[in-house]
Amino acid sequence: MSQQTTSRRSFLKVSAATGGGLLLGFSWLTSCESDKARKARPELVMPEEWVAVNAFLKIGENGVVTIMSPNPEIGQNVKTAMPMIVAEELDVDWNNVIVEQAGLDTDNFERQIAGGSQSIRHGWEPLRKTGATARYLLLQAAAQQLEVDPAELRTERGMIYHDGSDRSLGYGEVASLAATLPLPEEVTLKQNADFSIVGVATKNVDATKIVTGRPLYGLDIQREGMKYAAIVHPPAFGLKLKSVDDSAVRGMPGIQGVYTINAAPEGVELQWSDVNAFPNLVAVVGDDTWQVFQAKTKLALEWEEDSAPESSPMQRERLQELLLEGKAEEARRDGDPEAAFARAATVVDRIYSAPFLPHNTMEPMNFFADVRDDRAELVGPIQTPEFLRKSVSALLDMPEDKVSIMMSRMGGGFGRRLYGNFGVEAALISRAAGVPVKLVYTREDDMTQGTYRPEYLVRYRAALDEDGKLIGFHVRGTGAGESPVFANRFPAGTVDNYLAENLTQESNVSTGAWRAPRSNFIAGAEQSFLDEVAEAAGKDPIDFRLELFARAASDPVGENNDYDAERYAGVLELVRDKSGWSTGDDARGVAAYYCHNSYVAQVVEASLVDGEPRVTEVHCAVDCGIVVNPEGAHNQVEGGIIDGVGHALYGAVTFTDGKPDQQNFDNYRLIRHIEAPRAIHTHFVENDIAPTGLGEPSLPPVIGGLANAIYRLTGERVYDQPFAKPRELRG
Amino acid sequence: MATYTLTVNGQSRTVEADPDMPLLWILRDKLGLVGTKYGCGIGACGACTVHLDGAAVRSCSLPVGKLRDEPITTIEGLSADGDHPVQLAWLEHDVPQCGYCQAGQIMSAASLLNGIPNPGDDEIRSGMSGNICRCGTYTRIHAAVKSAAEKLS
Ligand code: FES
Ligand code: FES
Repeated sequence: MSQQTTSRRSFLKVSAATGGGLLLGFSWLTSCESDKARKARPELVMPEEWVAVNAFLKIGENGVVTIMSPNPEIGQNVKTAMPMIVAEELDVDWNNVIVEQAGLDTDNFERQIAGGSQSIRHGWEPLRKTGATARYLLLQAAAQQLEVDPAELRTERGMIYHDGSDRSLGYGEVASLAATLPLPEEVTLKQNADFSIVGVATKNVDATKIVTGRPLYGLDIQREGMKYAAIVHPPAFGLKLKSVDDSAVRGMPGIQGVYTINAAPEGVELQWSDVNAFPNLVAVVGDDTWQVFQAKTKLALEWEEDSAPESSPMQRERLQELLLEGKAEEARRDGDPEAAFARAATVVDRIYSAPFLPHNTMEPMNFFADVRDDRAELVGPIQTPEFLRKSVSALLDMPEDKVSIMMSRMGGGFGRRLYGNFGVEAALISRAAGVPVKLVYTREDDMTQGTYRPEYLVRYRAALDEDGKLIGFHVRGTGAGESPVFANRFPAGTVDNYLAENLTQESNVSTGAWRAPRSNFIAGAEQSFLDEVAEAAGKDPIDFRLELFARAASDPVGENNDYDAERYAGVLELVRDKSGWSTGDDARGVAAYYCHNSYVAQVVEASLVDGEPRVTEVHCAVDCGIVVNPEGAHNQVEGGIIDGVGHALYGAVTFTDGKPDQQNFDNYRLIRHIEAPRAIHTHFVENDIAPTGLGEPSLPPVIGGLANAIYRLTGERVYDQPFAKPRELRG
Repeated sequence: MATYTLTVNGQSRTVEADPDMPLLWILRDKLGLVGTKYGCGIGACGACTVHLDGAAVRSCSLPVGKLRDEPITTIEGLSADGDHPVQLAWLEHDVPQCGYCQAGQIMSAASLLNGIPNPGDDEIRSGMSGNICRCGTYTRIHAAVKSAAEKLS
């Protein structure tokens, strides 16, 4: 939101009745309490009247402030971090802040998306300006009330002081007047050194509700008159619905009906977010989740082939053939790579692979929809509410302003809920059944629905001269639906002769963004390849990389290098020093990667347990600019590391005649507590650079660090994920 | 369909249900206690963990018809004011990311500490490994269980 959009806003007074929602915050009267005292917080004294200063802010007459959190919360903790930024510039006591989740509101908010670790990066300035604008207005109002020059006033934690006359006013006392004043053309933002909320470890605003089991998630929605719905999609990619015999279900107690729905009818404009291998579905609607789950197994359904079903060995062979022999699209060329390879003293040539991965958010896909003739209300877990609204509006043939979308807290996103097919389905089922419904996927529905991280294959070649200098580099990648290669990322820019090539393989297995798209594979491949190249060059893997960064900083090759070599080297040096790299004799591997605008380097230590590799300890250095909330930042980095380790070791979905072989957690292995690293030490680079996100960047490199640690541990390089062999597992 | 009287969080509750209906869905859909989560339905993820007579069980795999009159405790009833030592330790360590798995994690941890008041690291690791966290909060869960154990002892 720019300054201009701020000034278009009108000011409203709203009554306390509308101030409900997600309440977390505490008494105005205890603004100076210590951290210890916060634990015994009295109940918040709710104001009798709220003044809406703008779409982000409401101030109560008693000084309690409500800050709206505009972006969807998927566990990346923006619901805490984004309001912190507003509160910082507003200059209020965080203990007097209530955070509420905003619904989709394109008139007042921009980019209400959870994706690409971009919420904080894009929100930083607009959120600061929002807080600063409100503070400016409050100061103007106080100046009028006290009949002094605003320049003589200062604010501190929700209070306005006139030191000259020893008078003070609370924000709540001037909010009504502030709301009538004209918006400023420009506002002054705080100096970074004056931050008192940004940079302070702050607890998750929903934590108390989470640990006491309050309803927060889409799956928790219950409404008067609501029915439950379940879907059946084809059991294999390549199949579509042929016929439905619901006679065994019709008479079942508590079952209202069986409906077929089509989420992709001819002539309806679909969005990029409408990725869906199975738009034709059968839905069962009934009185509770269990009943509809039972009923769906009793449907007699026939399927027919839509496209040739694929099996994993065939998919892999096809990719391999394409990688080795296909005609590639050249994405970047520097110098003369062919000549460099021809004169090389040593060539390192390796192929890396990774399988399809389901997202497996712990909360399965679900959505609530109440579709009436003239309006539709949807509530649930969605990373892209604006696109869901467009899709629902088109499918229901209802104007967008008649479709409301509210985002619930999400039990994980990881990219899966960028694609809102389940929301669309809920709307279509509600319309067909004529009742409000909550659609719930079984874990099996969820794991077999597709929208997977693509299977990838990449070939790396490096040319070294007699002195071990890197003189040529070639990366050539392919995958289902997309190539994993980022042509302008490191080591592009550090090698005179460089070639990057892309090849894409079509598949009827649907794919989509999965936490750190493409990077989640290519970082691990690249970083284990560079480890091998460093070894071939006879160099320490950190020194080898630092030499390349030095080259990129002083004399970069090419134009569009997509990284800052000094920040990149900075995290590598920091992790080297913090981990005691030069003295360590354990099985340790190093990796560094830049994606989603943040830099991460890791030293990963592994050991063998029952013949299987485990990560025992990780040192991690991060440069994401200013760290808005250190508590949440550490948590994200730790989570990304554990998630990356888990998927690299165990994650895979495979197919037999188009049917996923893994359908639930009995044979799909997610990392568990016993397999998690015992210690993760995260170190943030301190600087004044505008902040960037952390939901993704710590995941990609750890896969390379792990592969390199396994090599130090076993003497054998690993090239194909998952690194641990599959096995049956039941919790 | 049959009628069942259950003692949930100290209250007597009567429900009409098919004997095969798992306790999980009784709690969530019939009693409105949605703090107990659905993750897999096959006893493999721990999201649905509740206490039956004080011991952790997977409510998704417990048909209501198999229950006697054991008292049932869910996350909503673990403490009156959200101040069970395990809950407080979870807040202190700011464990949750998405938070979805955490009710199950907390119920498992509370039961673990009932059985082993002062668990060692390995006992925590194996005791907590029936609960999956896709967000990867295990290091924080581990630290929180240790904190709670210290406070309890
Ligand atoms: S839902 Fe019961 S163990 Fe997963
Ligand atoms: S906090 Fe998200 S699954 Fe555990």
